Amino acid sequence: MAATSNGKANGATRWIGTRPVRPDGVDKVTGRARFGADVHLPNMLVGKVLRSPHAHARIRSIDASAALALPGVKTVITRDDFNDLSSEFVPAGEMLVNYRDVVRNVMAREKALFEGHPVAAVAAVSEKVAREALALIDVDYEVLPHVLDVVDAMAPDAPLLHEDMITAGVEPAPTKPSNIAKVVEFKLGDVAEGFAEADIVIEREFSTQPVHQGYIEPHSCIANYSEDGQAELWCTTQGHFVVRGHCAKLLGMDVSKLRVTASEIGGGFGGKTVVYLEPVALMLSRKSGQPVKMTMSREEVFRASGPAAGTRVWVKIGMTNEGRITAGEAVLKYQAGAFQGSPVQPGCMCAFAPYDLDHVKVVGYDVLVNRPKVAAYRAPGAPQSEFAVESVVDELAKRIGMDPVELRLKNAAKQGTKAAYGPTFGPVGLVETLEEAKAHEHYRAPLKQGQGRGVASGFWFNIGGETCATLNLGEDGTIALVAGTPDIGGSRASLCLQAAETLGVDVERIRPLIGDTSTLGYTFLTGGSRTAFASGMAVVEAGKDMIRQLCERAAKVWDIPVDAVEWADGEARPAGSNAGEFDPLSLADLARLAGKTGGPFVGRAQINAQGAGPSFGTHIVDVDVDRETGRVTIERYTVIQDAGTAVHPSYVEGQLQGGAVQGIGWALNEEYIYDDKGRLQNPGFLDYRIPVCSDVPMIDTVIVEVPNPTHPYGVRGVGETPIVPPMAAIANAVEDALGMRFMDLPMSPPRVLKALEDARIAEAA
Amino acid sequence: MRYEAPETIEGAVKLLAGGGPRGRVLAGGTDLLVQLRASMIAPELVVDIKRIDETREIREEGGRLVIGAAVTGAELGEHAAAKAMWPGVVESAELIGSTQIQGRASLAGNLCNASPAADTVPALVAAAAQCRIAGPGGVRRLPVEEVCTGPGQLSLDDGEFVVAFEFPERPPHSADAYLRFIPRTEMDIAVVGAGVSLSFDDSGRCAAARVALGAVAPTVILVEEAGRALVGTECDDAALQNMAAAASAACRPIDDKRGTVEYRTKVAGVLATRAAKIAAQRAKGAR
Repeated sequence: MAATSNGKANGATRWIGTRPVRPDGVDKVTGRARFGADVHLPNMLVGKVLRSPHAHARIRSIDASAALALPGVKTVITRDDFNDLSSEFVPAGEMLVNYRDVVRNVMAREKALFEGHPVAAVAAVSEKVAREALALIDVDYEVLPHVLDVVDAMAPDAPLLHEDMITAGVEPAPTKPSNIAKVVEFKLGDVAEGFAEADIVIEREFSTQPVHQGYIEPHSCIANYSEDGQAELWCTTQGHFVVRGHCAKLLGMDVSKLRVTASEIGGGFGGKTVVYLEPVALMLSRKSGQPVKMTMSREEVFRASGPAAGTRVWVKIGMTNEGRITAGEAVLKYQAGAFQGSPVQPGCMCAFAPYDLDHVKVVGYDVLVNRPKVAAYRAPGAPQSEFAVESVVDELAKRIGMDPVELRLKNAAKQGTKAAYGPTFGPVGLVETLEEAKAHEHYRAPLKQGQGRGVASGFWFNIGGETCATLNLGEDGTIALVAGTPDIGGSRASLCLQAAETLGVDVERIRPLIGDTSTLGYTFLTGGSRTAFASGMAVVEAGKDMIRQLCERAAKVWDIPVDAVEWADGEARPAGSNAGEFDPLSLADLARLAGKTGGPFVGRAQINAQGAGPSFGTHIVDVDVDRETGRVTIERYTVIQDAGTAVHPSYVEGQLQGGAVQGIGWALNEEYIYDDKGRLQNPGFLDYRIPVCSDVPMIDTVIVEVPNPTHPYGVRGVGETPIVPPMAAIANAVEDALGMRFMDLPMSPPRVLKALEDARIAEAA
Repeated sequence: MRYEAPETIEGAVKLLAGGGPRGRVLAGGTDLLVQLRASMIAPELVVDIKRIDETREIREEGGRLVIGAAVTGAELGEHAAAKAMWPGVVESAELIGSTQIQGRASLAGNLCNASPAADTVPALVAAAAQCRIAGPGGVRRLPVEEVCTGPGQLSLDDGEFVVAFEFPERPPHSADAYLRFIPRTEMDIAVVGAGVSLSFDDSGRCAAARVALGAVAPTVILVEEAGRALVGTECDDAALQNMAAAASAACRPIDDKRGTVEYRTKVAGVLATRAAKIAAQRAKGAR
């Protein structure tokens, strides 16, 4: 059972904290919802991508003449169709992208840098013809040595992905190129001093594998470029304004000439914050003069879209015998994939964020390898670094015989804690989640023979950003809510609730819509757990804008000053000396009178949302380990997290459960398997094992509410933090069960069994 | 591609032996259609055998169970007599894929896809099931373990197809069991599979034992040594340990994306032991 309460940041609320049926639910369960691949246009062509079979190869030449000669083929595009772009970094999710790299990622230029890298694309009358055409394109490759592992890629003699890349962030700048794109460092205090105060110092090295976001809907889009240089694009994305910007840049268009509509989305988790097919489809449509639809197969999704970074993380933590952590130090080496831009920076920022420390040093390396360019994945960068830190913290607790929750409480970040990455925390809920964990029945429940229990905490900072919203009042008093952030986690329901609360109207009278790029001002994408917070803030502002207009009209009708009108419970009332003088005018009354009183009502907001509240969580997990097969079974799992205010508690619970399940997959089974030529061997859900329903127990949730003071209803982002603690919590539970700590993920049956066998052999010897 | 759905065995044989390019037999299609979609195969002829009555029936012929080639896992799972006589075979069929796949997937399809990891095959081999094979020369019988000769390879001649599976008579105090290891709990392919069929005499000693392993060699293997380790014993821990050692010793697996040689070899013995315990318990419970 989930313990939840209504959000009461500013006193009692009527709608915030309730659980109405989601507005997009019926269309989804009946199949009416239109996802990326569900649009068909007259004269539509099918676009297909030819992908590199090599992990690393120079492209000497591309000959498409035979493909172009095939009946039914309308056009072929290659690197020659895209203008080269200079280095320019722009935000995409919580990460940055460089246009020089984006143009090379969507279509290989000098070299193919990973197996699956697009090399050419075809538009043809059918999928069959398009496939035949791909086979007729002759690419002359010079195959080069490749490198997949982050440590190998950092070696002085490693094959170079970009022969001119000089490491940034190092003084003086290196003279020789390398695969290390960037070095970042975050420091607080002096770790040498901190370690000198410590009675116990533990240092350990960890590794995590790249994992895919595993969204069920593959990338898909349809582009329609017209003769006058305008274009429409329909696609599955977390941010259609960002897609518009990227595509306009790559195609040399004005942004106003490209209208992008976000389809219903079948999962994103950060992976749909970048472009893959979209610029290619637009280019094929421009060249062919016909609409072009492109959809990736699952295999293409695995081979060519962004996983989370695989990492090596070294952590050293010092502590007194009384359990006070005196210093934390870490070195993070993150795979970026074929182009720079791993989430090593957020990894560094989050590593020690759950702790109130005086001395911290974290150094991060952004390292290129011949794999697909990594993309954001739920709290990008944080799960990997916090896995390492939370494992060592658990070991420290064991070393002094202190309860791991107690140890965390003793050192927990709280209001006033200065984080190593800069900010001083406002009200945050880590202590509250730890207290809930300690008090939870799960934490005290007896374990069965052979089982183990683990806990871990996690942190994500969350973001705000540029956001627009409008509320259009219909003539019957119902409202169309238009937001610019695609709904990947129930945000339409949450936005309607916030609008209903602000206006004092029934939530059923508000119908939400994700507007296309021409209906709203620029709105940053759905990412960084920003949507319920930032679009929520915009909706509240738009509601206040509408209330102001409504009060003005009521004042006009009653012929009294506007400041003598108040808005309460969904109606305008005369206030002050006029109180009770006139009958209140409801939203429906004023809507009906709109034409006679000055015209329609539209509430608008365009904001740059600031003050996203960070979210902390603490997870408790029980595991059972089959000593003969190495299988780890999750027996029980509880997620406790600070949501600020849970606007729609069911969706908050869903986020907590979903994050935990993805973390369970990351911890236990998910990994990319490559052959010795750098070719992916498991590009499908059969052998890339995300958990299925029967693999996990019902995930219990506890929502803690420490309101975020910068949001009118106290909202914090909740979507990302829950994927942070699972890996460490499970590793800590396995350690509790076996007395054996796993520092390399995944803890798959062969690895666990091998460790058990090695231990048996060691014991026998 | 030509699709045919004959209603008689003779009709199917005629199509398959037609002298043209070799056709593919379609039963449930849960492998064939996937391979077609993935462009792994491009047959010119597909012969659907589901309209042939003999492929769709579960019958008892003089105390022996006969299961049609195209009977689905779901149908088998609801057949009380089949479950009572061969619980291991039925549970192996019910492990394939998902509920949806269960509505289509068949024993013969699972066998003739010729994957060493096929779930039903170790159970069928342990059960000493025979294939009833129709072809231009009439009907012949072949032990299940002789049907596959390697991954993707069958010993069937042109024009031949599996019509049904015939099971031996079941003496009292007999039962079978099948276990597989997958990293998930469902929707996966066996890393190791173990089928065990046991018969006990009235004194509780093992009178007959067959142990078959999947995914540890190019084909499913019948491990006679492992069976022999149990015969004459009460399937006590020592006998089970000998059986497990024989099972592991018979493994000739490969390292691949689903498991290592070391892992498969070790777990084969573990699963064979666990399956034998279940079979013994069932056999003794049925006494």
